[in-house]
Amino acid sequence: MDRDPIYLDYSATTPVDPRVAAKMIPYLTEHYGNPASRSHPYGWTAEKAVENAREEVAKLVNADPREIVWTSGATESNNLAIKGAANFYASTKGKHIITVATEHKAVIDTVRELERQGFTATYLEPEPTGLLDLEKFKAAIRPDTVLASVMLVNNEIGVIHDIEAIGNICRAHGVIFHVDAAQATGKVAIDLEKLPVDLMSFSAHKTYGPKGIGALYVRRKPRIRIEAQMHGGGHERGMRSGTLATHQIVGMGEAFRIAREEMEMENARIRKLRDRLLAGLQSIEETYINGELEHRIPHNLNISFNYVEGESLIMAVKGIAVSSGSACTSASLEPSYVLRALGRSDELAHSSIRFSIGRFTTEADVDYTIALLKEKIGKLRELSPLWEMYQDGIDISKVQWAAH
Amino acid sequence: MSHVYFDHNATTALDSRVLKAMLPFLTTQQGNATSRHAYGRFARDAIETAREQVAKAVGAYPSQVVFTASGTEANNFAVTGMTAKQPNTQIAISAIEHPCVTRPAEIMQSRGWKLAKIGVNHQCELDFEQLENALRVPTSLVSVMLANNETGAIQNIAGVAELARKNGAYVHTDAVQAFGKIDVNFEALNVHAMTISSHKIHGPQGAGALILDKRVDIAPFMLGGGQEKGLRSGTENVAAIVGFGMACELAIEKLHEHTLHTQSLRQQLENGLQALNATIFSNHATRLPNTSFFAFHNIEGETLVMALDKKGFAVASGSACSSDSTEPSHVLLAMGIAPDLARGAIRVSFDASNTVEQVSAFLTILKQELKRLQQMVAMAA
Repeated sequence: MDRDPIYLDYSATTPVDPRVAAKMIPYLTEHYGNPASRSHPYGWTAEKAVENAREEVAKLVNADPREIVWTSGATESNNLAIKGAANFYASTKGKHIITVATEHKAVIDTVRELERQGFTATYLEPEPTGLLDLEKFKAAIRPDTVLASVMLVNNEIGVIHDIEAIGNICRAHGVIFHVDAAQATGKVAIDLEKLPVDLMSFSAHKTYGPKGIGALYVRRKPRIRIEAQMHGGGHERGMRSGTLATHQIVGMGEAFRIAREEMEMENARIRKLRDRLLAGLQSIEETYINGELEHRIPHNLNISFNYVEGESLIMAVKGIAVSSGSACTSASLEPSYVLRALGRSDELAHSSIRFSIGRFTTEADVDYTIALLKEKIGKLRELSPLWEMYQDGIDISKVQWAAH
Repeated sequence: MSHVYFDHNATTALDSRVLKAMLPFLTTQQGNATSRHAYGRFARDAIETAREQVAKAVGAYPSQVVFTASGTEANNFAVTGMTAKQPNTQIAISAIEHPCVTRPAEIMQSRGWKLAKIGVNHQCELDFEQLENALRVPTSLVSVMLANNETGAIQNIAGVAELARKNGAYVHTDAVQAFGKIDVNFEALNVHAMTISSHKIHGPQGAGALILDKRVDIAPFMLGGGQEKGLRSGTENVAAIVGFGMACELAIEKLHEHTLHTQSLRQQLENGLQALNATIFSNHATRLPNTSFFAFHNIEGETLVMALDKKGFAVASGSACSSDSTEPSHVLLAMGIAPDLARGAIRVSFDASNTVEQVSAFLTILKQELKRLQQMVAMAA
């Protein structure tokens, strides 16, 4: 990299916190045992570290450590929860699944695969706010609904779904409830003792931990059963086989400990930065905030800039590292399916930027970003005939374009 | 820990050069490899370099390397993915596979597939006649491991592949234990898919790969963001993949030298074991150079492992994954070893860092401990 751009893409991935890295490194160098080796201290040291980390993960979400199953990341957690529960309960509860059109691909594609295997699915459209209408959710439940999957925090627009209310509806109808919380840990308080959630997916690398490690919460009371997807040595009480990456687990534990202890202070600081960014960008004409602001994590700001072409916008703001659409799909040029589900036009979806602020963002970073956006959007609009037409008071949506 | 580590088939220490390659990816700002900004591209480039290192080490093309989170995942992916798009026919595996091949195959069996478990002889060598007979039935997949994790016995995979291909079946090999210990060449083995793992070759835990002939019609195991050309979704574990790549490069660099070294340590060990009347398993088969699997009559393997541990030697009583259980090794039972003797089994697995002095010290302690345990057995009788 020539000159490091300012990183405002914390929802794609976070850097590993230096405290997390420091805790991980000894498990890469001295304590390298296989935690499943029961016959020598190399294995015991590793096992103890794994169990300490499990406690830290459980503590952040107020769960029992025995309810935490390690996985290689939230993608695997989502695959395991949805395939595992749907297959286990299909014969007793039925084969209908409810999810939301704005879920992460790891949920959507897993549900689609289950459709190919004979399940049916309802993909609920969110309201223009990005949130679900609870009545519509309730109406979607059928006698054969086995599972519902709704994310806690949306990765693109940062809105927080009312998991408690949705969970209560699921409980009342005997529907297993899975929540993808990959974007939520360390950002919103999660209390699984109170929340009516059966399965919850976590990721480390969105919360200043390492990549390649995640976890699935599997409720014990009332006990939820899942069919294992990864088979082998029978690790994780048979729910997930495979040698555990001790250093990564240790890293996730430490990252979640820091999240628990610092979340409140950090959120307050980040909220100030976000509000500063918001105020700065709103001074630009014709900007649209995607998703509602009230029920949203303070870290996220997703804005569409009208009369700017999406790709040229991304090229123009190379001084900052941001994302248009979610990182996982940003290799494709399709407009974000999440923004389209909110009812945004393709043009506005295309010209959207997700700014995600994090632990190491400074006020200077925010000010630089505001100045950069103001300058670049001004320049791009100068070149835009559409902007000129808009300035002249022409309603572009009513223009009849001639075909050539 | 001042222990002497003789359990390298379970997991290996991270090479310091591997750690050095990984550290920037743990300590400085990193992007998500799917992101298009500079941070993302930096991560992407690192992954592609690692892909080339892995490919080169196993005689494959970079485009044939699909990164996974572990060997277990790659084996599950191979068994379920390579059969997913085939009509329900038969899967043939050997009786000595790792559970992460056996279990998914058994689950396919519960879904209506036929499952043939091909036996091995007393030396842990695959029974080709049995395989040939099994393949008379339409078969979609044959999966046989290259080297066994317990005995170290090496199978004739090119021969298995020839038979499988002749009968129109896909062929997969689990090369997790073999890779890094002997020369492993994807093209020469002539298989459609091959599993390797990072933490067995002084790389980090958390990375593995399925080397895959892209002509295979395979269904992805992990669904989502479409990483690895749609074959393995999930944010790439950049640090582990970078480490895996470096470990691959180092693994082939001094392979021959390391082979000679561990082989001579094993010879020294087994000379000593023979003097103590040990039964050495698979000692007439082609074996991994570093592995010795043996037992003493009337001595419980688990007890001896604990006793040796107290004296500072880390060895295994079977494969680590199952060292929880006191069931005798399924590999030894498949070889026709009596359960009583099988329960006594101990595995020593060396790497290049082990020394002649360590082996001598081990033999001295082993002799003492055996004497003590035999006296206890005699008193109890």
